[in-house]
Amino acid sequence: MITFESVTKRYPDGTVALDALDLEVADGEIVVFVGPSGCGKTTTMRLVNRMVTPTSGRVLLDGTDVAEREPAALRRSIGYVIQHTGLFPHYTVRRNIGTVPELEGWARARRDERVDELLDVVGLPPEVAERYPHQLSGGQRQRVGVARALAADPSVMLMDEPFGAVDPLVRSRLQEEFLRLQAEVRKTIVFVTHDIDEALTMGDRIAILGEGGRLQQYATPRELLSDPANDFVKDFLGEERGLKRLALIPVSEVSAEYGPVVYPDDDRAVAERSADAAGLDWVIALTEAHVLLGWISTHELVDGPMRDQQVRPFGLHVQAGDSLRAALNAMVTNQSAVAVRVSEGDVYEGLLSQQLIAKELD
Amino acid sequence: MTTASATVLINWGWIGRNLGPIGDSVVEHLVLTAPPVAFGFVLSFGLALLARRYRSLYQPLVRTTGVLFAVPSLAFFALLIPFLGLSRANAYVALTMYTLVVLLPNIVEGLDGVPADVTEAADAMGYSPSKRLLKVELPLATPVIIAGLRIATVTIIGLVTVTAFIGFGGLGDDILTGYNRAFPTQIVVGVTLTAALAILADVALLWLQRAVAPWRQGV
Repeated sequence: MITFESVTKRYPDGTVALDALDLEVADGEIVVFVGPSGCGKTTTMRLVNRMVTPTSGRVLLDGTDVAEREPAALRRSIGYVIQHTGLFPHYTVRRNIGTVPELEGWARARRDERVDELLDVVGLPPEVAERYPHQLSGGQRQRVGVARALAADPSVMLMDEPFGAVDPLVRSRLQEEFLRLQAEVRKTIVFVTHDIDEALTMGDRIAILGEGGRLQQYATPRELLSDPANDFVKDFLGEERGLKRLALIPVSEVSAEYGPVVYPDDDRAVAERSADAAGLDWVIALTEAHVLLGWISTHELVDGPMRDQQVRPFGLHVQAGDSLRAALNAMVTNQSAVAVRVSEGDVYEGLLSQQLIAKELD
Repeated sequence: MTTASATVLINWGWIGRNLGPIGDSVVEHLVLTAPPVAFGFVLSFGLALLARRYRSLYQPLVRTTGVLFAVPSLAFFALLIPFLGLSRANAYVALTMYTLVVLLPNIVEGLDGVPADVTEAADAMGYSPSKRLLKVELPLATPVIIAGLRIATVTIIGLVTVTAFIGFGGLGDDILTGYNRAFPTQIVVGVTLTAALAILADVALLWLQRAVAPWRQGV
């Protein structure tokens, strides 16, 4: 756990980078410091590994004041990733990743083993180990940066715009992969960015800092979006706050309507009754095991059971883990008022409509 | 024979008979070159570290070395005679001073040229300041430092010839003697070998510059 206790950082020229910050970063959480440039977010992050010393107040790491630790040793125990990667150009990828283990005096064989393992963890092929940083793509360099920070398995990581130097496509992939990795390793992470969307994606909690390093709000992404503390936060979150919130809510949180369903043995009358009850001119065809088959238009019904009817596939399937925003986006693109929700194996779970999603926007 | 040798530019016979002394001159030339470059390098290195620690010292130091470089070499040797006489030390001190004007700025610029994100990362990884200098900053600055070393070495190889006037000179001695005896062959030998030494030293250091920075290839 990282604790900031009324930490203030004032520079000799009078600039206040951070003003009486009180904040706790819980174990295993990603806390994102976000704010306009000059709000002191990087300064705040660097207080943790003593690259910056507070003017007043304390920074505690698991209850111990970092000021009591020897700087170099403290830093070796904390992972560090920066935007331009700061990879050592004169070292191979292997030596770069093995930096902290080497400083810690690990034997060569153990270092090599760890490097091979980490390359795999961050999704790099083994052969890049012997290359120099300049021979890698931007995305590969960022991965090496992450691997280097993880090398000695620190419990705390500091990340300063770690995905800032790559194009948006690579960035979102790296973000996604990092979140998947974090779900396994559960590091305590301070993550700095100026990009609110990245903050919303990455953060378990977000600290929004304003001018002069004043903390504006510290909350989960959803709390921020639904309940911004002041106009500064509102402005910083930007337009389409509702849509951004939808991106954070999974489909599973909205109770889908069950909709008019029919089974293979149902006859025409059953189908017409269900459609009427739902106010629709189509029904959803399922197997006995509730596996989704498609939809049947009431205008095309012929006498006989449902197994003999003309069934059309649904254009749009969503799953519990998809975000409401992705579902809405798909509906709008497909010009479809509804999406069917299915689980693995196409088992039908319900109908998601634009109206249901719109309710979440309030 | 004597008239012929005075009018022919290169008397191959003389060269053939004097290979030994010519070789001695070359060795002497190198002996006069290496210590000033080495001393200059060590001195510049110390001054560079000082200048990086106390930034305000840097410009005055660079200006001082510039002024030293502006002193004509012959005058420099003469100025040192009261203190060091016509000794080898005299030559060494003067020549050492001349290297500073190139080496000091190159070492400082080389170290300053290490990208900020790299030094930041080194600190954050837990390098101590001295380890950071040795393992990260120096290796990265080496190409720039060697570039300075090339210029300094070539300059000193040229300047060593002037020490002939205080009784040393290496190949400069041949140039001076040849001039005094109106014997062009010895002048040509001195000049040509001096130039050859300079070129060889430059090429050798260029090779070293590439060898110590394999990571730079293709940057």
